[in-house]
Amino acid sequence: MFRSINDAFGRRSTLSVRGLCAMTSSTQAATEPTDPLPPGGDSGTGTGLTATELIGRSPGSLAWARFKRDRVGIACAVTVLAFILIAFAAPLIAKLYGKDPYQLYGQDRGLLNSYGIPLKPNGGVDGDFWFGVEPNLGRDVFTLLIYGIRTSLFISLAVTVVSVVTGVLIGLVQGYLHGKVDYFLGRFSDLMLSFPQQLFFIAFTPVIVALFVSPRDEEPTYVRIVALILVQFLLGWMVVGRLVRAQVLSLREREFIEAARLSGASNWRIIRKEILPNIWSTVLVQATLLLPANVTAEAGLSFLGVGIQPPTPDWGLLFQSGASYFESDVTFMFFPGIAMLIFVVAFNLLGDSVRDALDPKTVR
Amino acid sequence: MLRFLVRRLLGAAVILLLISAITYFLFFFLPSDPALLSCGKNCDPQNVALIRKNLGLDHPIWVQYWHFMVGIFAGRDMPVGHCPAPCFGYSFADQQLVWNTISDRYPTTLSLGVGGAAIFLTVGVGLGLISAWQQGKLFDRVASAASLLGQSVQIYFIGPIAILLLSTKLDLLDRGHDPHWTSDPAGSVSGLLLPCLILSVIFWSNYSRQTRSLMVEQMSEDHIRAARAKGMTSRYVFLRYALRGAMATVITIFGVDLSAVLGGAIITEVTFGLHGLGSLSVQAVLRSDLPLEMAVMLIGATIIVLCNIVVDMAYAFIDPRIRLS
Repeated sequence: MFRSINDAFGRRSTLSVRGLCAMTSSTQAATEPTDPLPPGGDSGTGTGLTATELIGRSPGSLAWARFKRDRVGIACAVTVLAFILIAFAAPLIAKLYGKDPYQLYGQDRGLLNSYGIPLKPNGGVDGDFWFGVEPNLGRDVFTLLIYGIRTSLFISLAVTVVSVVTGVLIGLVQGYLHGKVDYFLGRFSDLMLSFPQQLFFIAFTPVIVALFVSPRDEEPTYVRIVALILVQFLLGWMVVGRLVRAQVLSLREREFIEAARLSGASNWRIIRKEILPNIWSTVLVQATLLLPANVTAEAGLSFLGVGIQPPTPDWGLLFQSGASYFESDVTFMFFPGIAMLIFVVAFNLLGDSVRDALDPKTVR
Repeated sequence: MLRFLVRRLLGAAVILLLISAITYFLFFFLPSDPALLSCGKNCDPQNVALIRKNLGLDHPIWVQYWHFMVGIFAGRDMPVGHCPAPCFGYSFADQQLVWNTISDRYPTTLSLGVGGAAIFLTVGVGLGLISAWQQGKLFDRVASAASLLGQSVQIYFIGPIAILLLSTKLDLLDRGHDPHWTSDPAGSVSGLLLPCLILSVIFWSNYSRQTRSLMVEQMSEDHIRAARAKGMTSRYVFLRYALRGAMATVITIFGVDLSAVLGGAIITEVTFGLHGLGSLSVQAVLRSDLPLEMAVMLIGATIIVLCNIVVDMAYAFIDPRIRLS
């Protein structure tokens, strides 16, 4: 409530009525003691300062201040950023490291025995091959992993962004226009929700691939990637859409929206300036939940053999070969496995921290 | 109750009809030529013509769909032979009746789903209850850390580790196999125990977290305070009043998770090399066996939609404030 008044009148100064500004500052001051931050804890704005400076602390900066105090949250954010950085810089890292993910080092240099298992113990880990060599083909595991993370993260990030944007748009349309549009879009989202997700992914990835290339031709890698993004996006937007719709439905009846409408703001302006700032925290939290789920879904598809096709490196494909060789070379599987475990744990904790920072009322 | 059931069943029928129509359209119309797709990479024109005739692809798409749907309920005569009542056609890959393959494979998936769900509901809700009871104490912390870990592992990673550890090294459990129920009843139970356990690991953490916070929330409600004020023991209030309130929400979450359980069962089957509907659907896709894929998709959707109705009924049963009408 305070936040919305602040949004409508204070920070964005939609109306410059003196009395309202005074009201904003008084509400701001009233909220101050309940805020978890100690007075004057992080920046120069303490409780004893003038009203104009207090208005300068937007909900966003309050959340950021709260987040900065959460050590676990920061550690997880750093971990997640490290993964994203590794994904982006994979070619550079591989160049510095001096290997590439397609070269069959094990076979060329005779590092594998006649069953295709690395000769050296622990999956062939040594100073030359930090994470060992892959059984059978003998590719370098370290470069395979960083390139695999790159493929998987790229696909999942794309899926997350597209689904969140679509979900927000559809939710906005539903909540803002309601009536028939809301009803039909709602039933459509119900229908999409009742598809068995994994089966849908498995069955429709080849169908979408077949849309782009004839089954007789060799398919380029990017077609697979586009197909995977599309197929996961088709079933990915509904949850965000529902949440946004529910929020918009309750927001549009609130006083500050009415005030904006009375002051002659257009629909577009109301959506952009009044509604969107109030839903972005929900959207952000949902996005942090979606991304790791999308990563594991994508890896799962590749593991099943219907996602990214070899020899393109992919996180899920590493588990596929890991599962076929785990009895003779268990070390191999641990590198992608532990990496994914760290990634998902970090992301889950980060999601909790982001939620806590954005909504201090939630108790865990 | 009856009215609710009829209305929900009608709704389910509409949803399933739409799903079947969309899937049929995407499978048999959108790809440039399903006959070519079914024929694989090396295929001569005669084969394509034969497949086209067998599929009835010379008819318009809605006629094909009509024949397909009628076939499910009434059976149909196909060029390959007669196809009795639940007719999903003949497989492209091995020319067998799709329904026979499915009825051969579904027990594994069903037992995985039911067994896994039984384990994760018991363990998850149980852990959540103890954590809420022991709020803030050591057990609570250990359980919440374990939940975080359980929520973040993948079946295809812990499955092989569990096989190595529990069956190869310690020889505690079978490594996962699914003989036919009639031929080896004991083997089909022990063979599915480890897969069910692994499947449940990725789910129970969510339930323990949710149950814990729901119970904590419930314990601060007015009716709980009233019950305590009447002199009931805290254990009685906890198990009789608060648990009932929390269960309603847990059941809703279960309803949402049904599709994920099916998805988890698919990955579990492939990880443990079991022969269920999941590995069947993967196989079907890899061989472009459209009738088989179509059937698995429809059956999967039917199971989930029907289970959701059951979940809603259970919800009304537990929470008397919900009236089914």
